[in-house]
Amino acid sequence: MAAVEITRPKTPLIYNPKARGIAYQAVLCAVIVFLTWSAIQNAADNLARAKIATGFGFWEGTAGFDISQTLIEYSTTSTYGRAFWVGLINTLVVAGLGVVFATILGFLIGIARLSKNWLVARMAGFYVEIIRNIPLLLQLLFWYNAVLKALPAIRESLVIPGGGFLNNRGLFLPQPVFEPSSRFALIALGLGIVAAIAYRLWAKRRQMLTGQQAPVLWVTIGLVIGLPLAVLALSGFPISFNYPEAGRFNIRGGMEVLPEFMALLFGLVIYTAAFIAEVVRAGILAVAKGQTEAAYSVGLRPGQTLRLVVIPQAMRVIIPPLTSQYLNLTKNSTLAVAIGYPDLVQIFAGTVLNQTGQAVEVIVITMAVYLTISLVTSALMNLYNRRMALVER
Amino acid sequence: MKSVVIRVALAAILGIAASAASAQTLNTIKQRGVLNCGSNGTLAGFGLPDSQGRWAGLDVDFCKALAAAIFNDPNKVKFVPLTAKDRFTALQSGEVDVLARNTTWTSSRDTSLGLNFSVVNYYDGQGFMVRKALKVNSALELGDAAVCVQQGTTTELNLADYFRANKMKLKTVTFATSTEAVKAYDAGRCDAYTTDASGLASERLRLANVNDHIILQEIISKEPLGPVVRHGDDQWFDIVKWTHYAMVNAEELGITQANVDDQKKSDNPDVKRLLGSEGKHGEALGLPDDWAYRIIKHVGNYGESFERNVGQGSVLKIARGLNALWNKGGLQFAPSVR
Repeated sequence: MAAVEITRPKTPLIYNPKARGIAYQAVLCAVIVFLTWSAIQNAADNLARAKIATGFGFWEGTAGFDISQTLIEYSTTSTYGRAFWVGLINTLVVAGLGVVFATILGFLIGIARLSKNWLVARMAGFYVEIIRNIPLLLQLLFWYNAVLKALPAIRESLVIPGGGFLNNRGLFLPQPVFEPSSRFALIALGLGIVAAIAYRLWAKRRQMLTGQQAPVLWVTIGLVIGLPLAVLALSGFPISFNYPEAGRFNIRGGMEVLPEFMALLFGLVIYTAAFIAEVVRAGILAVAKGQTEAAYSVGLRPGQTLRLVVIPQAMRVIIPPLTSQYLNLTKNSTLAVAIGYPDLVQIFAGTVLNQTGQAVEVIVITMAVYLTISLVTSALMNLYNRRMALVER
Repeated sequence: MKSVVIRVALAAILGIAASAASAQTLNTIKQRGVLNCGSNGTLAGFGLPDSQGRWAGLDVDFCKALAAAIFNDPNKVKFVPLTAKDRFTALQSGEVDVLARNTTWTSSRDTSLGLNFSVVNYYDGQGFMVRKALKVNSALELGDAAVCVQQGTTTELNLADYFRANKMKLKTVTFATSTEAVKAYDAGRCDAYTTDASGLASERLRLANVNDHIILQEIISKEPLGPVVRHGDDQWFDIVKWTHYAMVNAEELGITQANVDDQKKSDNPDVKRLLGSEGKHGEALGLPDDWAYRIIKHVGNYGESFERNVGQGSVLKIARGLNALWNKGGLQFAPSVR
């Protein structure tokens, strides 16, 4: 039988769907590149025509202003670049602590809302509905004024036992000063943490193999807290304290926590916790009731059921919306500007922008920073999510 | 607050600023039918709307004078309240035609922001306000004090300089608006509040117990305050300058809101030129020749505006001081109309 040669009719490239797809995408890319390029060019031209300073040379300029909370070395003779880092660190500190506390509070409230105790459940529900329906800015102003009004004036400071002060200028605590020989205690702490982790792994494996439980909690406390304390005692407590004391106007020395910081942290935590509580509640409700019943029937106690059966499964539902709450909290921290906490927006997109007049550069940098923080947060949470996700076999 | 900055950044990127920055400000205003004036909005004596929304103040009068010169109607002004932090960006982007918001003239603001300072309509200096109970008599005793200050001001910088120069420790608490800064000072967050002396006199009246606070004698800086325009439109720059000069000249010549119609019949050639009955001194500005007459008729001369807003006719009761006319021991001096 003669082979019939089948030749595909030659179609012009224009009718080839693949070629067309590539062509469309190439055109789209070209348009986007052109638009971006011309926008940048246009902005540069206009700034030059208006004789507005451009470029990033201002980074090295002398800032000349003072900042109330500096966790790194900063003085009025530092550069704008240094002021940027001060602001960024202040933002990260309040966002980081906010995320931790909001998570703890949110989980507690979320679980409380599902409590069988009528009063506890209603209180939690009340909290969530009140807090998440009032704008955050108002809450921040409320907390700030509450902090300023409720706390005593500087001359009537509340004295905290152990050498601290609390007044409307902030919380002043003794600052530990570590002498050189205290490093042994630090080494002991490191060793204690490593040993505690190793012990936990061992105990888990033993439980898997034999079903025998080990006193993990007590051993961990002993290793992480007891061991460094013992070393400290042996080396004769080589830590001294820099105590705050009242000066003519203010309290000098010691560690200082600004009222602006307290108000901002308080406001962010309380607000975000209300949303996290709802996320947690939804997550727990998403776990089938049969799981709890099964856990009870194999003899787990309610606490264990929650911790070992329900929460791990609920986490799969909780993590993705929890991530966006973390992102919200970080972005909401920019409202600090209203209550005088020196975060990145207040220092950099505020004072630095005003002094240099370089709105485009400063805003671009600030947006890039928040974008980076958000992307890093989501990347980390996605990593965690992948670990927690259901492994399907 | 932030939205202004973002809009400005967008405007710059999209090139909207270009059309606004070109030499067409006067025509744009005429077509729009209203002058956009960047104002303070919270500072009594300089720019503050009352309970009926009527704006009043020295800087407000300045914008009204501009509108009077252009439209023969001092009410064709839209006052745009701006914070200290956002004011320059709003002007750069064309949101406002002129910025009359007690703004200090400095070299960097004049040269690198793409802006021009026109005249000084108020000579000021920075001072401190403290509680009487602190028994502080001099700013030099403020070492280690906490000081509340508004962001984006020369005040913020002078404060840091002054404490550095006098080797005193400083705790600054910075707020985006003066309202918040004053509120925090009132609540005891700071030992002192600092801003321009005129601002102190005005803000002091907002405190809960006015008599518990005093303003210290020291003036730690020079703060020449004046209206600002964008680079690149010389005609508009001239109009802004000559609006102020017309008001100062009117005071010097004794022309007031009340007698301006009689003065129109005056034989004094200086008066005739100023009020437009002799020569064509409005033409080159793009204004009618009686532009200065309109200003004085609707707003008054500089002295009248001063006394009404910050001087003896106001609650602030600030003395003329540096702002008296040059021939009365002050610094207000205007070139002649000729």
